[in-house]
Formats: sequence, C-alpha cells, structure tokens
Amino acid sequence: MTAIDLDATSPKHLADKYAIVGVGETEYMRGNGSGRTTRALGVQAIRAAMNDAGLKPGDIDGMLSYSGNDSTFSTFMAGDLGIRLNFYMDVHGGGSSTEALVGIAIGVIEAGLCKTVAIYRAMNGFSQVRIGGTGARSAAPINGDQLHARAYGWQSAGQMFAPTFMRHMHDYGTKPEQVAMVKVIHSEHASNNPKALYKKRMTVDDVLNSRMICKPLHLLDCCVETDNGNCIIVTSADRARDCKHHPVLIRSVVGRCCKPRIDMHYQHGPISTVAGHYAKDILFPNADVKPEDIDITGSYDAFTFTTMLQLEDYGFCKKGEGPTYVSDGTMRLGGKRPNNTSGGHLCEGYTHGIAMVIENVRQLRHDVDDSCPIGPDGKRQHTYDYREGGCRQVKDVELSANLGWAMPGTGSSMIMRRA
Amino acid sequence: MALQGTHLGMNLTVDDLDIENIAYFGHCAKHNFHLQRCDDCKLLRYPPTTACPFCTCLESTWVPVEGKGSVHSYGEVHHGIQPQFQKQTPYLILMVDLDTQKGAPTEHDALRVVANLVTPEGQLTSADQVARVGIGTRVQMVFSDLSPGLSLPQWTIDESVPQPKPWRYPE
Ligand SMILES: [Zn+2]
Repeated sequence: MTAIDLDATSPKHLADKYAIVGVGETEYMRGNGSGRTTRALGVQAIRAAMNDAGLKPGDIDGMLSYSGNDSTFSTFMAGDLGIRLNFYMDVHGGGSSTEALVGIAIGVIEAGLCKTVAIYRAMNGFSQVRIGGTGARSAAPINGDQLHARAYGWQSAGQMFAPTFMRHMHDYGTKPEQVAMVKVIHSEHASNNPKALYKKRMTVDDVLNSRMICKPLHLLDCCVETDNGNCIIVTSADRARDCKHHPVLIRSVVGRCCKPRIDMHYQHGPISTVAGHYAKDILFPNADVKPEDIDITGSYDAFTFTTMLQLEDYGFCKKGEGPTYVSDGTMRLGGKRPNNTSGGHLCEGYTHGIAMVIENVRQLRHDVDDSCPIGPDGKRQHTYDYREGGCRQVKDVELSANLGWAMPGTGSSMIMRRA
Repeated sequence: MALQGTHLGMNLTVDDLDIENIAYFGHCAKHNFHLQRCDDCKLLRYPPTTACPFCTCLESTWVPVEGKGSVHSYGEVHHGIQPQFQKQTPYLILMVDLDTQKGAPTEHDALRVVANLVTPEGQLTSADQVARVGIGTRVQMVFSDLSPGLSLPQWTIDESVPQPKPWRYPE
C-alpha cells in the first residue's frame, strides 16, 4: 500500500464536535506600515477574538501560531494577556497553516491537553519581512539544495508556482482574461468590505494592462503584502453554546495534504494538478457533504490562479473547467457559490489564509461586517444589495469550505457549518 | 570539501556534510551531468537525495546522463525579486523534461531539471532569444562556471535539431 492509498477518513465522530467561537483582527496596513511589533499585532488580534467570543483570559488555555521566522511566539502573547497555558506550540509555515492548526487544536482538546485554543498569525508582511521575497529573504546566502532553485532566480512564490500556472494554460487552453476575473470578482467583494485595503473595483483590462511580474502573472494577479494580526478561537461545541455568537461548527479538516515527491513535487505530474486532488478525498467524506452542497468557498488567492486551480481539484467543477467556473459569475456575490467574500488576499490583505476562515465564520453567523445598518437588536440588517459599497452577506448560508494553499504540492482545507 | 562561488554577485555554498550535493556539483565542475541511479530499483532521480524516492534504498551510483530534453513548462520573469536578477530581465526559468527516463516510473513522471535559458557560452540570454522559447522547445545542457570547483547546469536552445513550434503564453 502506498501512502496515498491510506484511508484518512475515519474520525467522522468528530464532525460538529468542535466550533470556532471567536474571530478578530487588526486593521490591514501598508504605506507607513503597522508601526508596531508583531507582538503588538498578535496581542490585539487575540484580544479582539476573545472579546468577540465573550471569553476572558482565564477561559483560554491553549495557543497555536504559525510563521516563517517573521513573528512573535505564543509565550509573549499569553504573558501580555494574562493567559495561563496548558498547551502551546508555534509552528513553521505560511499558507495552509490555519486549517491544519484547527485540526491540531481539535486533536489536543480531544486528547485532554487543554480546552480552548487561540490560533493566531501576526506579521509585518509589508514593513518587515516582505512576503513577496524581496529584502531579507533575497539577501540570505544560497546554500545546498537551494542551488537548484534560488540560484536561477526561482525564489518567490510567483516564480515557484509559474510552471504550474503556465502548464495549466497549455493543457486546458486557459486564457489570461478568464483568470483575471478572479481579481475582478474579489475586488467587487472588497468594495463591500470596510476593512479591505484595496476597495476599488477592477476590470479585466485593469488586470491585463498591469505590468508583467512573472509570466503568466501580472501585478494584479498577485496578492497584496500587508501588516496585520488575526486570530480565531477553537473550543468544543458544548462550550460554544455559552459564547456570544451563533456557533459555527467544524465538520472536517485536512492539514497540509501533499502531492507525491513534496521535496520537488514537479517530478511527479501532471504539474497542472494541485494538492486539492488528494485533499478532497479526506475533506468531503469526513464532512459527509459534497462540493455541490457548499454555499460559499474561501479558495486561497495568493494569486488569481491559485483560487482557480483549487476549485477545480477539489471538484467544484471538472478538471480543466476552472477558467469557466471563475469567470461565469458563479463565485460572485449573488452567484451560486461566492468565493472570498471579503476580497481575500488579492484585495483585503495578506494573512496566509486565516482571514479567509474569519470571513466564512462571520458569513455562517449571518453577521458579516459590511456597511448595512445595525438594527435595534444590535445586529446588522442585511440588504443583500451587492452593489458597490453595499451588502456582502450571502443569504441563508449554511455550509462553507476553506481551501488553503501552501504551494501547488501542499494544501489544507476545512468545512464549517452553521449550527 | 565545501564548495563556494559567486553567481551574478550572489554567494553560493555547499557544505561538506551535504555529500549528495557535493558529488552532484563535483561532476558539474567538470562539465559532466551525473545523477544518482538507485542500486536497488535502478531508477534515476533528481535532485540529489539521501534515499531513493521510489524504493527507499540508501545506496546509489552516480552515472552520466545525457543533458537533453524538452521544455515542460516555464516562467518568464519581467520583475526580478532578487536584486542580482533585477538587471537580467526578462529571463526564463525553464522546467525541462530530460529525454532519459521520461514517462517512468509512471506516465506523468519525468526527471524535471530547472535552470535558466543561457547562450551556448553560459550567459543569460537577450530578450529576442527568450521570445523563441516555450513549452516543447528542444534544449541541451551547458555549464556556467562560477569558480574553480563550482559550475551551474543551464539550458540552451539545441540548434542541432529541428525545433517544434513552441507553445507560448498568448501575447
Ligand atoms: Zn530505488
């Protein structure tokens, strides 16, 4: 039996047993940057998520974070907030970490190590360690295995993924103007998100006329580097009932599922296929739902292409039909299955995936933070008018899927449902 | 012994403990392209690794491999990220399927070796050469000498064979 034949779909008894009860973030910043440490960003985000859940420092006893040598560890966050921890761990990683850490949180709570876990990502991705790879990451010496990549100017995420994107265009006739629609639609969503850094609605021509970075990626095919802190809080469904908001339950999680030869995954083709091809066989059986049951998606948009490739390989459309799926209005607010209703990493800000989970939690609460008026009961009165500056709440949303991306060969995912 | 060199002003090193890369680049320095062949299952592999990714065998033998193949995919960089590459744009990142062992052990597998498009002398090419190359272009390996003992494998257009019309990003 090879690794990919292993059945990872046994723990169905965990579906709906855990919940995300608190979400919080700082503002998304560029320009002069955040003007504060990643410690400050993390503390502010965790505090916001605790307040959102109605939890006090004594209610949190677990902490998880992820970073790439560009953040501050859990011990400082817990200390600042007077949280005594029964469990914590800081892991290495960027995109795809959020969903994987939710899986770890469920595992350690289930194992009795702690009862409520705060997961955070705090980064100055614009003003300190540039996520695009300029600055410190470019200056680092090139050693050993890196001679097979960085020595060839093959270093940044866009450069590393370009062969996958280009091969998809070759294999399936994917057109630049189809992929550009991902940016167009996410920018429409961002225009209804007061938090979003880039709120301007973009056109296909805007994308195609922006300067070429690394073919096939124009500037506007790429996400925005920002400074920000974000946090989600995971606890049991039982405890979730005592928290402030309508519970959002976790139905299934896939954590950093890989293609073969993850050290150099291009050795095993088709290189236009990504990790979702494998992850879907864990995600949907564990949740006992099918792609067509999902109301909204959060398909990671480090680039326009990453959103499209994942929607294809997770089975929201047939392989090769991604270009049509992302350009025919399906994933627009008001469409059949809106994607990244916050504007995502292309427009709201770059958080390595955690903000896309936060957005779907708010959607499932039927309480996204748009500009709709707040009623006498303190809840937003959503208009479902998706014109610029208007509503971004999806009507009657019950099930969401987050599709996290680390690289073509590695991805994580999570299905959540409204209790 | 550890290898050191500079390429476009970037410092490149291979530590002595990294015996697989030391061996690989040792052959490159002599302008020979060698890969590890598993002593057990006999499959070649790239990049250099400790174990055979097909059977876990720890023993391997370095064997000469023909440095010829066709472009499987590529990225064309117009905005350099590393400062040393910013003056070199546009440059090509070519992912090349070696002819040797293509389609094995499964139909989608190949030994895919990434390098830049260079002149036959090993220098990064001009924009008009970049525009000639796409998926399907036939290429052959040459070496860029960085320092005594350290050379980088590179790809150049194979002018000795008829070229198929390459697939390129639509202009
Ligand atoms: Zn072997």
